[in-house]
Amino acid sequence: MLELIVISTLNGVLFGMLLFLLSSGLTVIFSMMGVLNFAHASFYMLGAFFGYQLTRWIGFWPALVLAPLLVGAIGMAVERYGLRQTHKHGHVAELLLTFGLAFAIEQVVQMIWGKLPMDYRVPALLDFPAFTIFSTNYPAYKMFMLLVSVVIFIALLIVLKRTRVGLIVQAALTHPNMVAHLGHNVGRVFMMVFGVGTALAAIAGVIAGPALVTQADMAALLGPILFVVIVVGGLGSLPGAFFASLLIGLVQTFAVSVNGSLASLFGPLDPSIGPSLLTDVWNVTIAQIAPILPYVLLVLMLIVRPMGLMGTRET
Amino acid sequence: MTDLTSRAPSPTDSAPARNVGFYAAWGIFIVAVLVLPLIFRSGGSHTTFSLIGIAAIFALSYNILLGQTGLLSFGHAVYYGLGGFLAVHGMNAIAAHGLPVPLPFVPLIGGFAGLVFAIIIGWVSTQRAGTVFAMISLGIGELVASSSLILRSFFGGEAGITTNRTDLPALFGWNFGPQIQVYYLIGFWLIISAIAMYALTRTPLGRMCNAVRDNPERVQFIGYDPHVVRYLSFCFAGFFAGIAGALAAINFEIANAAYLGAVQSGVVLFATFIGGVGYFFGPVLGAVVVTMLQLELSDVTSVWQLYFGIIFIGIVMFAPGGLTSLLMMHRPLLRAGTLPMVLPAYLIALVPTLLFACGVILAIEILAVYSQGGSGSGTIHLFRIPFDLASPMTWLIAAVLTIGGFYVARMTWRGVTDAWDRAMTVARERGYHA
Repeated sequence: MLELIVISTLNGVLFGMLLFLLSSGLTVIFSMMGVLNFAHASFYMLGAFFGYQLTRWIGFWPALVLAPLLVGAIGMAVERYGLRQTHKHGHVAELLLTFGLAFAIEQVVQMIWGKLPMDYRVPALLDFPAFTIFSTNYPAYKMFMLLVSVVIFIALLIVLKRTRVGLIVQAALTHPNMVAHLGHNVGRVFMMVFGVGTALAAIAGVIAGPALVTQADMAALLGPILFVVIVVGGLGSLPGAFFASLLIGLVQTFAVSVNGSLASLFGPLDPSIGPSLLTDVWNVTIAQIAPILPYVLLVLMLIVRPMGLMGTRET
Repeated sequence: MTDLTSRAPSPTDSAPARNVGFYAAWGIFIVAVLVLPLIFRSGGSHTTFSLIGIAAIFALSYNILLGQTGLLSFGHAVYYGLGGFLAVHGMNAIAAHGLPVPLPFVPLIGGFAGLVFAIIIGWVSTQRAGTVFAMISLGIGELVASSSLILRSFFGGEAGITTNRTDLPALFGWNFGPQIQVYYLIGFWLIISAIAMYALTRTPLGRMCNAVRDNPERVQFIGYDPHVVRYLSFCFAGFFAGIAGALAAINFEIANAAYLGAVQSGVVLFATFIGGVGYFFGPVLGAVVVTMLQLELSDVTSVWQLYFGIIFIGIVMFAPGGLTSLLMMHRPLLRAGTLPMVLPAYLIALVPTLLFACGVILAIEILAVYSQGGSGSGTIHLFRIPFDLASPMTWLIAAVLTIGGFYVARMTWRGVTDAWDRAMTVARERGYHA
């Protein structure tokens, strides 16, 4: 039991930090530009696939640097030539543009790499167990993932809190119009923020690719969870996104490892009842409902506290 | 949130000329629904018409949300799917118990199923509009789609639930076995639903929906609750989506988890938006275009969904009012008789634009064959012209067409803009405004 708790906590924090790599960029982009980037998870997927391809060509470590840069450049191009043109048509058009983009990116990835999972392996340097805990080997690569996400988290914190750029971004989170009035080149700030946000998503993709499955549907699987994170955290709140990422990471990881159901708790139903909705609900295990838990959390949050955990701003 | 959806024509304009146009549009619509299957008699075209009819009802119901109330939903298929499932269960129950309910009434089961679930789900999700509503609809869509795989006894797991529409009592000797009879059932419901949904836009509620879309704050000031207006609109949309879902269940004689999924929600969004949200018949046009694209493109190319996405992005970026607004843009010119001033510029722009499109298509097809086949040899046919994949000439042609076409097209479209401005000025002088 203790083993389960320790391992699940580690995995949950790891998944949560990965989610935060994505949701931080998404939140900052949303706060500044008012655009919910539907394609954010697609940039994560692009990161994973670029990472895979570059790893085959030039090795993992150069890929870890190069793939996010490439994806960030694509992100900047999307902002410059797509969103900026669409901005005059309003937020619905912008949201729809990113929606169409997510669809198109998935199709392109499917066209180039096919639908099957990629053989994206952990680099040999990190392919060993980091430590053994209660007879379970914990892979070093996962510790590396955790390290990368924590380092980026700290770097992000320093940039946001201690630099002039961070000051502008922070100001734009709450008062985007005022920042523009103060004479900052808002267009360029937007482009940079979009580029950095997508690059962060790509880093998450490159490091998560070998540990999770690198496949053309990975964006469609992660995307909705990402939106749950930022709605639960409170739209536009970075600390909220952080706590919601950890919360959902932990909830999902723990749920997957628990095999209990109502049947195992209260005993099986009388078999003479026959199959019905009740038996479905009675026999389903918590592990089976793990994928829907984030959405249940979303609905509960909206009923109890529609602003989200730390949201302050009406949208 | 509203710039895009607020271009509906003014309701108070009741000039006789417009009334003629109004009745003509409805007349053409009803005649087309009734007569087209008699002209195109093959079974395949009847199937196509049935799909278009279902998609049209679904897209019109979606436009109650997006076009009328300004609510962007990513989970509208929930009500379509639940309507479909309830209809299948209803049909099985009718057949099993020998109830005297003929098939044409089954869509009502689906409609009320959609309505009930919209009543339950809508109250929470319509509390706020805009991005929050979009996210909630997405989350609820995922929730229902995932739950449908868990609650197997009702949703039938991955296989779904089947039914047999001919087991129901016949009506006037129609047992709805042949596709043409199913088509007329769908057409009947299409006309009824379209008239009902149009009437809805003319009620005080429909007007309040538009007001909530355009300026919710002001609506609050004059004493309405925008939440309630959004909620009512959401319930009506759920009802008609349920009818569409039930018709789909009747047509395919099956309901499965795909009915509720994100793909279905995305397709209806594509159809409505490509058709145009600003005009009532926009979604119908969108349903026709999207259904035809789905059926025809998938025969021609393996990466048809990519073209689908590119078309959608193109519409969002360059014609956010959809195809209908592109067409309706020309109405003042047509009336003023200045349309011929624009046509030469259109013809000039058409050539490089088509060449650009060919270049993009060629590049995509090369890439598709190259990455899927792996070998990168062989030939592909584009408009019956063979292209050798191994030769660098093909790549060169694709690059020249794409890049050259793009720059020339951009130049010629400037010419179109100039010609358009001139024609519009003349039209205004003659007293015709946009």
